[in-house]
Amino acid sequence: MSVSTSTTSSARDTILGRIREALRMPAPLPHMKSHAAEESATGGPKGLTILPADVARPWLPDGGDTPEERLALLTENLGKLRAEVHRVADTAAAAALLAGIAHDRGWRKVAWHGHPATEPLAAAVGCEAHRVDGTAFDKNALEACDAGITACDAAVAQTGSILVSSGHCGGRALSILPHVHVVIVSLDQIVATLGDALDLVRSRYAGRLPSMLSFITGPSRTGDIERILVLGAHGPKELIVILVG
Amino acid sequence: MTPGSPTADPHPIHEAEDPHLAKKKFLHDAAEHVRDTGHRAFVRKALGGYYASRDTQKARYRDWEQARDAASLAKWSAVNRLDELLPQFVANFEANGGKVHWARTAEEARDIILGLLRAAKAKAVIKSKCMTSEEIHLNAAMEADGYGVVESDLGEFIQQLRGEPPYHFVFPCMHVRREEISDLFGKHLGTAPTDSPEELTMIARRHMRRLYIDADVGITGANFLVAETGQISITENEGNARLTAALPRMHISISGIEKVVANLDDLAVLLPMLATAGAGQPMTCYNTLYAGPRKPGECDGPEEMHLVLIDNQRTAILADPEQRDSLHCIRCGACLNVCPIFKNVGGFTYGTTYQGPIGSVITPHLRGLADWNHLSGASSLCGACTDACPVRIDIHHHLLHNRRNAAKTAPNRWEKLGHRLFVMVASRPWLFAAGGAAFRHTLWLMKKLRPPLLRDWLATRDLPAAPRASFRSQWRARS
Repeated sequence: MSVSTSTTSSARDTILGRIREALRMPAPLPHMKSHAAEESATGGPKGLTILPADVARPWLPDGGDTPEERLALLTENLGKLRAEVHRVADTAAAAALLAGIAHDRGWRKVAWHGHPATEPLAAAVGCEAHRVDGTAFDKNALEACDAGITACDAAVAQTGSILVSSGHCGGRALSILPHVHVVIVSLDQIVATLGDALDLVRSRYAGRLPSMLSFITGPSRTGDIERILVLGAHGPKELIVILVG
Repeated sequence: MTPGSPTADPHPIHEAEDPHLAKKKFLHDAAEHVRDTGHRAFVRKALGGYYASRDTQKARYRDWEQARDAASLAKWSAVNRLDELLPQFVANFEANGGKVHWARTAEEARDIILGLLRAAKAKAVIKSKCMTSEEIHLNAAMEADGYGVVESDLGEFIQQLRGEPPYHFVFPCMHVRREEISDLFGKHLGTAPTDSPEELTMIARRHMRRLYIDADVGITGANFLVAETGQISITENEGNARLTAALPRMHISISGIEKVVANLDDLAVLLPMLATAGAGQPMTCYNTLYAGPRKPGECDGPEEMHLVLIDNQRTAILADPEQRDSLHCIRCGACLNVCPIFKNVGGFTYGTTYQGPIGSVITPHLRGLADWNHLSGASSLCGACTDACPVRIDIHHHLLHNRRNAAKTAPNRWEKLGHRLFVMVASRPWLFAAGGAAFRHTLWLMKKLRPPLLRDWLATRDLPAAPRASFRSQWRARS
């Protein structure tokens, strides 16, 4: 390597030195519109103003106060994002539903990962099912699959986002490489807001974070050509959300 | 070079070779562009949908203005605690298994990345959209060293094939018509002509899939660095960054040092606001947090993850408390979308990595005020940018600050003389009255005589009627 460790460590010292030097002059607080922000801002570390976590939540889009509201909001938001939403009573019904979808759309091969939520679906899907975990990962085999079936960590009513992690949802590629992403959400996984989902991340993974956590908000999209919306840019063209419970 | 990958050199051909020519180039290109009414109408039309969807999404906030307060405070407290949060982030990122590299300059950053590519014996590199890499001219350096690199973001891919830098740092090819893209793909990828944006997108999709799988190294940017957890947050719509960070065996991320935020709570505010302000979305399609390379027990992911932290004059902005808030920028592009100057002169006229109002504020810091102060004048000072900014950067006032600073360091003799004359006249009432009278009479005379010099101008216009008496004497007569 052309850059020796000593160069980067002296670069680090230079940059951190410049930062410390620069910050000796305090900057004025930003112009704020609301007294609420100013009043709730408290002295943080070094006496600098910070806003406590829960202060901003009532200003952001609503996430619903009851489980019913959250379910309705999630379904509505997913619909606006052009995701396909199904609601079934239990895992057996989810498996039957997916087998029907696979048959109707002529899927020849689906990918899945070992998880209590996905296993019955993979078993009943009625076409070849490629499991991505357990053995050596094969990206070519995954690319050849019509759909990837995953569990999720949470679903966010506020934004219609599905949170997946590399640890519990079959790694990084399963939810992004196949043309269709099928995700199983049990109703008790629905949270109100992004903040709630991130709190969950904090409590569930403290100290042992999965290498990837991704909020998926609808099927892959682009507006790069004349700002016209097209679904399925590089990731899944379709996002099928199966709500179980 | 990967077969079928673009050979175009994305070296910034639109940047003035000689920085002293930057102003000349700006004035020349602006004049050209303003005359191109077709192009201006096309850009305005492309932005039309943005305004509508942005307003729809803003209305979903229970209080957008207070949310802006929260977002600006989150960035303010992070930037003003950078001395503490940056080391905290680095320690946590390395605890997650990543490796951090520090670069004082663009050149150091390029050397570090080329060194990593050599060590990895990289053959094919796939890249997702990263403005910091444009800032350090990474692609040109990689190609000079013999590495094939493909931009995977659709807009960036189109720009790479065209041999142009991005036109807009969020919508890179918003100035290109679908027919041009169809021709471009026909020429480089051998595809049949089509006028469907959907089909054009699918052409890029099919072309790119193999490249993700074959690439050894994936390069991405970073939108936020979370100090609390050591995670890197990447925001995108297409899924190309997800694929870039999933399939190659090495992941290199490039970030400015100012992207640090304190914790996950701040992300809960900033992620939706970035999407709403930038593209009129409730959330961008993929918001992904990376904590190092593949972990034990995970089935895929890169073996190594590197982060290149770049200063490149950011500490100089940090040292200016007045304009420190320009480091709060989350690169949403909202200020470009609302700027009357951007819409009329177009993205390339700026000749900068970061276009539009925020680019006009920071470029003089990144590249020198003497050669780039003309950007401070590329504003009507209407304040639309400041109003649109989700983190409340005082953009249009900073343009004034830059003008003031430039006047201090390199005063313009003619401007100074003009102001001195004005002060002389305005502070002597008799001289002021005499000047007014002279002007009234000149105006009356011009209207009467229609001198040849003004005849063309007067053919379609009229001079205002010369008032009979000065304002001051009219006022005296009234009271």
